[in-house]
Amino acid sequence: MSACLDIRDLSAVLPNGQRVLRSVSLSVQPGEVRALVGESGAGKTMIGKAVLGVLPSSVRIVEGDMLLEGEDLGRLEPKARRTLIGARTALIPQDPLTALNPSRRIGSQMTDRLVRILGWSGERADTRIRQLLDEVQIRDPDRVLKSYPHELSGGMRQRVLIAAAFAAEPRLIVADEPTTALDVTVQKQILRLIAQLQRDHGTAILFVTHDLGVVAKISQKVSVLYAGKVVEEAETAALFAAPQHPYTRALMAATPRYTDPFASLKPVDEAVLAGLAAEIAAADQAWRRPHG
Amino acid sequence: MDERRAPRRGVSPRLWLAGGWLLLALLAAIFAPLVAPQDPLAQDLMLERLPPFWLDGAEPGYWLGTDSLGRDLLSRLIFGGRIAFIVAFAAAIATCLVGSTLGLISGYFGGWADRIISRIVDVWMAFPPVLFAILLVAVLGTGLSSVIIAIAVIDWTRFCRVIRAETMGQSRMDYVENARIAGYGRIGIMLREVLPNVVPSIVALLSLEMGIAVIVEAILSFVNLSISTDDPTWGGIIAEGRISIHQAWWVLVFPLITLILTVLSFSQFGEALKTRFDPVLR
Ligand SMILES: Nc1ncnc2c1ncn2[C@@H]1O[C@H](COP(=O)(O)OP(=O)(O)OP(=O)(O)O)[C@@H](O)[C@H]1O
Ligand SMILES: [Mg+2]
Repeated sequence: MSACLDIRDLSAVLPNGQRVLRSVSLSVQPGEVRALVGESGAGKTMIGKAVLGVLPSSVRIVEGDMLLEGEDLGRLEPKARRTLIGARTALIPQDPLTALNPSRRIGSQMTDRLVRILGWSGERADTRIRQLLDEVQIRDPDRVLKSYPHELSGGMRQRVLIAAAFAAEPRLIVADEPTTALDVTVQKQILRLIAQLQRDHGTAILFVTHDLGVVAKISQKVSVLYAGKVVEEAETAALFAAPQHPYTRALMAATPRYTDPFASLKPVDEAVLAGLAAEIAAADQAWRRPHG
Repeated sequence: MDERRAPRRGVSPRLWLAGGWLLLALLAAIFAPLVAPQDPLAQDLMLERLPPFWLDGAEPGYWLGTDSLGRDLLSRLIFGGRIAFIVAFAAAIATCLVGSTLGLISGYFGGWADRIISRIVDVWMAFPPVLFAILLVAVLGTGLSSVIIAIAVIDWTRFCRVIRAETMGQSRMDYVENARIAGYGRIGIMLREVLPNVVPSIVALLSLEMGIAVIVEAILSFVNLSISTDDPTWGGIIAEGRISIHQAWWVLVFPLITLILTVLSFSQFGEALKTRFDPVLR
């Protein structure tokens, strides 16, 4: 069976020629959660945007393939690509406020996509949306559907977005730090909901986060990203049991533990960073040779 | 969330006053032949420079007095409102259509379209507007339609700049990206997702523009470049009043008050409408 998402040697550059993605390879099997972890600026969001076809205009893909359920996105006509991405994927975004249109009621935003893009009947879309709102434990769907986004709390908005993401039964969901903008207690609920719906619907998720605690809870596989380069990838359990790359080990050491919050908290070691810099430089050197 | 909405619930006095004045002036203009006490064009040298009703020498039926040809000032103001409102609505809508369309395209598509449109706006705004208007009407010839065209040609940049900036802000929001991912087309997103979010600003600008159109029309009438000289216009009355200021101050003061009240009301009404249209402020 082919992978749900298969990224091979993806490189993307800024107008100044600097690479933001450095030959990234990563795959997500059907129904699997792949965590993508790395510090701020590592390029996690960039990978998600590349897959969903919404890279900023300044970022250009110069090499590599992206296969969505075996279909090579790079080889499709723009229109066919949009249709494929629209039908098979969805995004759970980081900021649930700006991801909803402030001037439209929740109900119309949620059903609109099913009706206008996927051609469902209004009735079917409405039933579906209510079912999903129930799954994300929204108990007063009538009020929520009639509300404008600003009338809901952050947690409610994120539930709405999760429901919307799963509504069209996509094969792949990109979740870009879906809990970062929420407060801690709500974070846990939202994470649990995503995990629950993921299991129930069997959807593959590319789960972007900078939080190793979240990685451990939700994912089966994990890729560690540093400066646009995958420095380590492994089964989640294996990674936590025996991290191979020094950066992964440093990242783990930098994550606070409940049992001993301060003792284990260390900044990433100078030597590790120097090693990474050398590794990145060598990779760029090797890459530049054939690419001029 | 409820505290945020509470103060906006009732209709503000600002909206009442501004809307009230505009409605009164508009109705008077529409039904001018019925409500005007006199024929606005009828001259009577026996009745010249009658003062307003509270002063000695006033005649009943000539509430705001008469001008130096003995024409009733109130009736002239009421009839003058017809041209003022026609110009206000037609010019503001034309200005809005041109400016908002270009602003929306410029702000949403960015890139080439934006560079070209923004450059044109910059060049346009280098002209002094009043001089520009006078020049245009001199070229197009006087008349109602040239005044309307002149206003639209000059002032579309006001809509363009504001709507471009707002559209740009909206286009960066994640909901636009989400719509892209879902598979909506670009123009569909611009019209269905972005446009509703800039409508409050368009409404406010539209109302403001109506006030501006009234002023521009008055200025053009004042320099005798507007509509035909027979029909009374507010600017025309002001021009006449200026000449006889020492003998009959009311011929200058009343049309000025009418003009200022109308212009202020349009801008205030626009602001008040904006907050009502905005789902976040509402
Ligand atoms: N629109 C853009 N144009 C050019 N470069 C960009 C743009 N957006 C981001 N970048 C750069 O691309 C790199 C990767 O950014 P990205 O947003 O993918 O990081 P991230 O891993 O998602 O970080 P965070 O955890 O802060 O969200 C960063 O170095 C950033 O400066
Ligand atoms: Mg990010």
